[in-house]
Amino acid sequence: MPDPMKIRATLQGDVADVRVLMAHPMETGQRKQGGKVVPLHFIQTITAQLNGRTVFSADISQAISRNPVFAFKVKGAKAGDKITVTWKDNEGESRTDEATVRGGS
Amino acid sequence: MQQTRRSVIKAGGALGLLAVLGSALLRPGRALAAWNTSAFGAKSAVDAMKALGMTNAEDSKDIAIRAPDIAENGAVVPIDITSNIAGTRSISVFIEKNPFPYTGTFDFPEGTVPYVHLRAKLGKSTPVRVVAAAGGKFYTTAKEVKVTIGGCGG
Amino acid sequence: MNKSLVLGLAAACAAALLPPAFAQTEDPVAADFDKFRAVLEQDNPAELWEVKGEQLWKTPRGPKRASLEQCDLGLGPGVVKGAYAQMPRYFADVDRVMDAEARIVHCMITLQGFTYEELAKKPFSSATKTPDPVSITTYVAAQSAGMKLAPPQSHPKEKAAYDVGKQIFFYRAGAYDFSCASCHGVDGQRIRTQPLPNFTSPAQAIKANQGWPGYRMTGGVMHTLQWRLNDCFRQQRFPEPDYASEMLSALLTYLTVNAQGQEYKGPGIKR
Repeated sequence: MPDPMKIRATLQGDVADVRVLMAHPMETGQRKQGGKVVPLHFIQTITAQLNGRTVFSADISQAISRNPVFAFKVKGAKAGDKITVTWKDNEGESRTDEATVRGGS
Repeated sequence: MQQTRRSVIKAGGALGLLAVLGSALLRPGRALAAWNTSAFGAKSAVDAMKALGMTNAEDSKDIAIRAPDIAENGAVVPIDITSNIAGTRSISVFIEKNPFPYTGTFDFPEGTVPYVHLRAKLGKSTPVRVVAAAGGKFYTTAKEVKVTIGGCGG
Repeated sequence: MNKSLVLGLAAACAAALLPPAFAQTEDPVAADFDKFRAVLEQDNPAELWEVKGEQLWKTPRGPKRASLEQCDLGLGPGVVKGAYAQMPRYFADVDRVMDAEARIVHCMITLQGFTYEELAKKPFSSATKTPDPVSITTYVAAQSAGMKLAPPQSHPKEKAAYDVGKQIFFYRAGAYDFSCASCHGVDGQRIRTQPLPNFTSPAQAIKANQGWPGYRMTGGVMHTLQWRLNDCFRQQRFPEPDYASEMLSALLTYLTVNAQGQEYKGPGIKR
């Protein structure tokens, strides 16, 4: 079971500033460890929902940094709304985590 | 004809990504169809954009890329992109001098601001090219980021 | 004393109290690095290890099947908040000064039954494995974020550790005849794109502490000051220091006391 993401969603007016930190090696398949090439292993797709509605999605490559961080902004959010984020990688692994939108500035 | 190990590895490298992902497609229960293997496997930003159907992208001053002029470390380069073009549905990123420039596409349904923060690996000094899709058309701009060898790392 | 001498001394004292001109703020490249590092630290992968470290602190582990919740980091058993900012310090139960990681290693040995040999065997992170003391030190350090560094200097051994640390800092040895001071003992030096802060100056000594433990972008690994000092010794072509040794606690005492009173911001990001 992959390690959990850290998701922070803070309101700025009625826009939720969502920041996600994912635990993933994002191996490019070009790195060597102990004399052997470490195989390609990276997150390929990301989706995020606000109260069940898709508000962000992405297809990404192995050129995204290790332990990826993404931020995006969703309009019309309220404190207490639920943000769910899912990632899937090229090995078939997947992880879903959720957070609650918090009132902010 | 006997191929030397070196030539086999060289040939393998170019097709390596496609080969690995091709075999990965055989694994059950994985929705890989949407992930554009040929775009992600393209060796130039131009070819990747072709594979994505991003034709006739016009230069635009309405896309803002915030990234360091010189990256402290090419392994983690923070990039903030905002598209001020009305109706932007997606932002795509190409790191032109990376071995596989196409780095990703970020989709924004109605109600999501056309903004994304991401962190990418830059193999060397390179333009970071962004393409925004809005109203069925494509708009593009780029920012140069220098990558250099750092110091001790403290 | 005559009047002009008094005025002269007063002027000299006033000048000495002014903060030294930072080499860093004059260097636009370094300023840009600082700006973007602050962006990166808003969402720091180190947080993943803070979570892991907290789990390790609270989970019963080792041959003694005990958690670390009785570990005394100087503020009483189990008190984690604020402890990192008040280390290194003297511990009576071992009659020596210990830095945070050395103390955590000590607790893992005494409370949980691990051995020094197994913890010292591979004490530094690799791309695939982070040693438990590193995760735990990251968690402990995060609980001092926002606090002022205040390593105590009341016990005679704490004062002695400062003096020994200072001697080590200025001790020239190895194939290149380097001391820590060769790089970090004067203003205005740099290696390639990185400025080398002068740790003898209180205003710059904070840079020896700020951001450690740090998520190092090179390799995407979590590193503590035990790693940083080990790597400095390697770069100086010194023999390898013993992990969590008294000598490193002394050097850390010197560096932390020099920065005392300044705010520690918690685990950071390093190149």
